[in-house]
Amino acid sequence: MGLSTTRFGVFNPEKPHENRITDIGPRHFWEFFPPVIQRNYGKWLYHEILEPGVLVHVSETGEKVYTVRVGGMRTMSVAFVREICDIADKYCDGYVRFTTRNNIEFMVDSEEKLEALKKELASRKFYSGSYKFPIGGTGCSVSNIVHTQGYVHCHTPATDASSMVKALMDELFDYFQSMTLPAKVRIAVACCLNMCGAVHCSDIAMVGIHRKPPAIDTEYVAKLCEIPTVIASCPLGAISPATTPDGKKTVKIREDRCMFCGNCYTMCPALPIADKEGDGVAIVAGGKVSNRISPPKFSKVVVAYLPNNFPRFPEVCQTVKKILETYAKHARKYERLGDWAERIGWEKFFELCELPFTYHLLDDYRLALDTYRTSTQFRFTEAAWEVSKAARGI
Amino acid sequence: MFKPKVPQKEIKYEELRIYTDEELRNPTDEEMKNFKIKHDIPLLEQLESGPWPSFVADLKVEAWRRRKLADDRMMIPRDVVEDLLGQVELSFVHGETHWKHGGIVGVIGYGGGVIGRYSDLPDKFPGIAHFHTIRVNQPASKFYKTDFLRAICDLWEFRGSGIMNLHGSTGDLIFLGTTTEQLEPIFQEMAHHLSQDLGGSGSNLRTPECCVGRARCEYACYDTQDVCYELTMHFQDELHRPAFPYKFKFKFSGCPNDCVASVARADLSVIGIWRDKIRIDQDAVRAYIKGDLIPNAGAHRGRDWGKFDIQKEVIDLCPTKCMRLEGEELYIDDENCVRCMHCINVMPRALRPGTDTGACVMVGGKAPILEGAQLSMVLVPFMKLEPPYDNLKELIEKIWEVWMEEGKNRERLGELIQRMGLWRFLDAIGLPPAPQMVWAPRANPYIFWKEEDVPGGFKRDINDYRSRHAR
Repeated sequence: MGLSTTRFGVFNPEKPHENRITDIGPRHFWEFFPPVIQRNYGKWLYHEILEPGVLVHVSETGEKVYTVRVGGMRTMSVAFVREICDIADKYCDGYVRFTTRNNIEFMVDSEEKLEALKKELASRKFYSGSYKFPIGGTGCSVSNIVHTQGYVHCHTPATDASSMVKALMDELFDYFQSMTLPAKVRIAVACCLNMCGAVHCSDIAMVGIHRKPPAIDTEYVAKLCEIPTVIASCPLGAISPATTPDGKKTVKIREDRCMFCGNCYTMCPALPIADKEGDGVAIVAGGKVSNRISPPKFSKVVVAYLPNNFPRFPEVCQTVKKILETYAKHARKYERLGDWAERIGWEKFFELCELPFTYHLLDDYRLALDTYRTSTQFRFTEAAWEVSKAARGI
Repeated sequence: MFKPKVPQKEIKYEELRIYTDEELRNPTDEEMKNFKIKHDIPLLEQLESGPWPSFVADLKVEAWRRRKLADDRMMIPRDVVEDLLGQVELSFVHGETHWKHGGIVGVIGYGGGVIGRYSDLPDKFPGIAHFHTIRVNQPASKFYKTDFLRAICDLWEFRGSGIMNLHGSTGDLIFLGTTTEQLEPIFQEMAHHLSQDLGGSGSNLRTPECCVGRARCEYACYDTQDVCYELTMHFQDELHRPAFPYKFKFKFSGCPNDCVASVARADLSVIGIWRDKIRIDQDAVRAYIKGDLIPNAGAHRGRDWGKFDIQKEVIDLCPTKCMRLEGEELYIDDENCVRCMHCINVMPRALRPGTDTGACVMVGGKAPILEGAQLSMVLVPFMKLEPPYDNLKELIEKIWEVWMEEGKNRERLGELIQRMGLWRFLDAIGLPPAPQMVWAPRANPYIFWKEEDVPGGFKRDINDYRSRHAR
């Protein structure tokens, strides 16, 4: 019996509980493994990256599996997924895999198949000229940018994600297709501070931010929201109850306490925070999740605000490229961006990347004190002389 | 090798398919160049060029196909993709999203898995007046058979927008955009024909996710797929029926490289480690030194970094300096190894994780909302993980009990631990403290002594005190 082609299919709205199947979980993983993966499960000995985007894994059984990794749009149509299936059917016996970074991986068990597969992937393009299946993203490269929904599907974004990622990856395409960096560089985009995805621990990440306090839809606050919940939602206690002159219950906001996190809007649709001039992008850098050499660490804010310049975000692209290329030029082999910044000192990082250091970058949230330097161990940069001059020290 | 918990239907696309090959024909480049969608989208069209795959070009292809399908070959508006593109374009112009805040929809008996979404301009964009998300619980490690994917595509073309995410940030396969009426049919079609369930959303267990693990990685210290599947199945109720203070995420990484970023994103991060010695193949070490093997598995291939120098690139970079070379023999002081993976990553053919493997269980990772970002912290330094993983399940149940009892609305586990203090949390789940849980012990001596710690307790007799001290 095929998938139903009637309005309600196997669901009967008259008897909604009849024949109901629930709690069956995901498909079991085993039957989705290609046979070569099944045969060598847990037996892998070592791997090697043969060229950008191409991996070989060698098993103790002597078998090999070749993987071609291609960058993927996270949002893709069924037309595109069917094309992925066509390729997987033609070369990979009908198996395909996706990665956490939204790459697509095609696996074959011989070098002959590998060459044909690579050729086919590189040849497929959209009518507008963009690649459909660009090969790359392995090793010391910029892998696919992990991102969130943005304007395509999110109700709280401060910027868009799909467009920014497209603009950035066009700009960084050479770094996706090569392995010339000192270490891997993982880039991420989140369209608001909720940060669906690990952008707070990425080498470079863009975060959508608001800069204006929420507007208050006074007529509707009490109708749409529970006022005590709204008040409790503010991490800084900036929201308090109020009454309008005609006796309606509403809230008031102490604007000097607002840090524009948008949490009140999440709890209450009558407090919209999005605003064309207010919204934009912050850039954070230097985070990682791996334990390799140094422990996992958070990204730090290095640019407090750049404008939402749709659709190509020139300021964002230029800044990211500058940071990436400065890192590529100065860091040592194996050194992740954050490790490099810590070795040379963040003061040097700002100087080399030609990024202004403004008051926005001084933490004043919880545990801020931990970030204040309590040592005379620092490097001199132009910024230091500015302070010395202002204090009439020199 | 593994037994699924639920009988799995073998998926044969040819038996399940809805559309004919002719209906699924892709447009030619010529046809696409002449194709105009119903809205003007000059800003979005700027994103059709450039080398990176263009989601705009892709969505237009889908819009073209929906123009061609017969009326009874799709259950939601024909214009859905065109209206989506139109609304995104307008969002660029306005600098603000046009999705309405919230909206509660779902399937019968579940509290999660579906996210309500409505356009705030339904008159202008009627095709996306309802545009709900469905989270589909992805198979562990995201391997697929094309028969399954094609069947999913037909289902979603017929009952949804034809737009999906592979995959969402939490790991689910995501269907973007359908109407309220089609939610139940989609859910039951998947259950009956594809043996496939929804994932989590809302204040429940979110869809667990794992790395590629033993399927194609030599580093995996435990069976990430099997643990992920077993726990997903075991906690179905928690996954589908929100009863928690807020979301809860499990993520499983096979080694400290942490390829699913569990330490940053999961309330419970399970990271594979070993407690014996790194396995060394001295012949391979010599081969790396000689230059016969390419270091770092070829990850630095794109640039000339000079000849491989084991001293500089491995031994000196070891965070605990626990390695040394004697002649061409490599020695590791495993007692001082902190398993950072660097030496193994650089010389995968010479060094391998030990054989007495398990996982470090960490808790409390999250993004900044509300109390600031937190990385997961060490809770259980080492845990053996063997099916059916009862030790891990019991630990999770204890943690949930405390969190559900003590947690406030929208308080993540990490925030609760911060509020109650680590030792109170440990006390509540019955684990002893250990120095592995902290970077350093506390610097202030403001210790909350318990009454039972102190001889005689807290009760004091002021008259007794005054017998020695005048007022």
